[in-house]
Amino acid sequence: MVNLDQAFFLYFAAMIVVFSIVTITRKNPVYAVMALLVVFFHVAGLYVLLNAEFIAALQVVVYAGAILVLYLFVLMLLSVPREALGAAVHRRWPVYALVGGAAAVEIALLLARSKFAQRPGPYPPDVVREVGSTQAIGTVLFTEFLYPFEVISLVLLVAMIGAIVLTKKWTPAQGGEEGR
Amino acid sequence: MTELIQPIFQTAAWVAIHAFVPAFIVMNAVLIAGAFLTYVERKVIGHIQLRPGPNRVGPLGLLQPLADGIKLLTKEDIIPAQADRFVFVIAPFFSLVPVIMAYAVIPWGEPTTIMGLLPWLRAFDGWGYIPPAWNPFPLVPEKATLVVSNLNIGVLYILAMSGLSAYGIILAGWGSNSKYALLGGLRSAAQVISYEIAMGLAIVGTLMLAGSLSLVDIVRAQESSFWYILAQPLGFLIFFISGIAETNRAPFDLPEAESEIVAGFHTEYSGMRFAFFFMAEYGAMVIISAMASILYLGGWLPLQLPIPSSVPAIGSALAGADGAVRAVNGALMAIPPIVWMLSKIGFFLFVYIWLRATFPRLRYDQLMHLGWKVMLPLGLANIFVTGLVILVKG
Amino acid sequence: MTIPLSWVLALSAVVFGIGVIGLLTRRNILILLMSLELILNAANINLVAFSHYLHSMRGNVIVVFTIAVAAAEAAVGLAILLSLFRNRRTVNLDEVREMKG
Repeated sequence: MVNLDQAFFLYFAAMIVVFSIVTITRKNPVYAVMALLVVFFHVAGLYVLLNAEFIAALQVVVYAGAILVLYLFVLMLLSVPREALGAAVHRRWPVYALVGGAAAVEIALLLARSKFAQRPGPYPPDVVREVGSTQAIGTVLFTEFLYPFEVISLVLLVAMIGAIVLTKKWTPAQGGEEGR
Repeated sequence: MTELIQPIFQTAAWVAIHAFVPAFIVMNAVLIAGAFLTYVERKVIGHIQLRPGPNRVGPLGLLQPLADGIKLLTKEDIIPAQADRFVFVIAPFFSLVPVIMAYAVIPWGEPTTIMGLLPWLRAFDGWGYIPPAWNPFPLVPEKATLVVSNLNIGVLYILAMSGLSAYGIILAGWGSNSKYALLGGLRSAAQVISYEIAMGLAIVGTLMLAGSLSLVDIVRAQESSFWYILAQPLGFLIFFISGIAETNRAPFDLPEAESEIVAGFHTEYSGMRFAFFFMAEYGAMVIISAMASILYLGGWLPLQLPIPSSVPAIGSALAGADGAVRAVNGALMAIPPIVWMLSKIGFFLFVYIWLRATFPRLRYDQLMHLGWKVMLPLGLANIFVTGLVILVKG
Repeated sequence: MTIPLSWVLALSAVVFGIGVIGLLTRRNILILLMSLELILNAANINLVAFSHYLHSMRGNVIVVFTIAVAAAEAAVGLAILLSLFRNRRTVNLDEVREMKG
């Protein structure tokens, strides 16, 4: 007999798997984006189930609210004729599908046979619920992980500059060839 | 048999009473209020422009929203031949559903017995007809907390939901397969994304003062100190201006600039599908107004004047007025919290409409300039200064 | 009221596999990038799950970093895609073969 948490997990898992498959099989990327949105939402639900509300909110704000919108935006900007969107699975796709499936099975087997740390950390679910996952994450993020946090901001800055440089239309005066 | 089903029944009744009933009430109240807001808007703008506004249907034209609703419901449902049917049909839902979901975390007032209604319901036994084991009424809480769900990440949740509003707009623009709709959709999405950042940064100042992401806790924090508009006037301005831009309202209503791109992303929509976009826009206006009241004007807290003798600067000069101020404070206290909350929201909605009747529309480059080069740096500066003050004082 | 850790790990393995299959079989660059997001999400699910079961916050913190990296990756990837489309009028990976020796 499954209890309420497990029932919710099974629902989220089923939706995630089904819509992941939908995402990679759509011909039209707009439908793929919509399916991926459903996946992200259910992953967020899963995070709430696993006591990580802050990560769930982050998932929706950043993944669904920013990254996926960017995909849609680029899709609109490209204005690819609808017929040209399709085409295209690789001609040897069954081989690759098999490779991917094998990878998944291997990971599952590997994890099933692994032993995980038995020494629990300082944040059992009750404590997290008590102080709130936001505060718990903040405490660790700004003490133990302060240096990686700063590095990540640099990564974002580089990505920002890179995106601007790549998409800017250079004029010859700015050193571009024939305005590209 | 009974032993098996009875606990399931109890759980279902508990979920119904504590989740579905509040959600149902809030959702319907919001949709009806949204419809009524269209009437208020037309009436207010009418008076500003020295016209009577709608006055034909019902007394003072009060039944106008009903007439509009009937008209929209009975209109022919047109789907353009070249449109992408699925995307075209689903886009209005993408735009309305996140707005309604956002209402789940808005607190409307103190826990209340609703004038004794809840204790009466708790004691209700169905006049003896319902067997005690199957009676769901004792599950009714003693006092109703006037919020559907007090999430401890409430502010982030609202930001997440408002971020999703871009989908309905882009998908509607793309699905219509019309150049005006697509241009309107792109403009609008760019605008929503740009101003969301400024809005998020403006809220951070308040969060630093309150030390919590829960909207209920933010109001409680203001109860024990002061309304945050006093500490965050700049944050408030950035938040409200970004909020207007975020909801695509005048003077930032470029996505639906009639004179340039017909009706923007909903050019091809008619009937109930159009009404969905309309309701989403008005629902989002109420959300921004409610957020502004909660974050900066103390939510459901009544206005309290400072007692003159406790203010060092003017203390002795006005000491005689203490009694009068106390009496006024007492009278303000007597007004129920929910009335305070609703009137604060009403005030911001009026400002929304007032702005629409007053300001001309911005040009697109001005809009982007304002968002990225004015609001964003000011928001960052606001966080920096707030942090500095907290560091020095505390 | 707990979910067995193995369930979550199995889910993440399946999502990872789906992402890899999408990455290998599809030729539309946009779909490839979306498959990458699926793979990152599979990793995130694992991190959050371990964080929950090992009573530690480190997994959650690393998810924050992963999401930031995913945002950076999407921005740069889509920028490359845009300039590619400007020059070649295609989003199909097989038609891009300048780098072939």
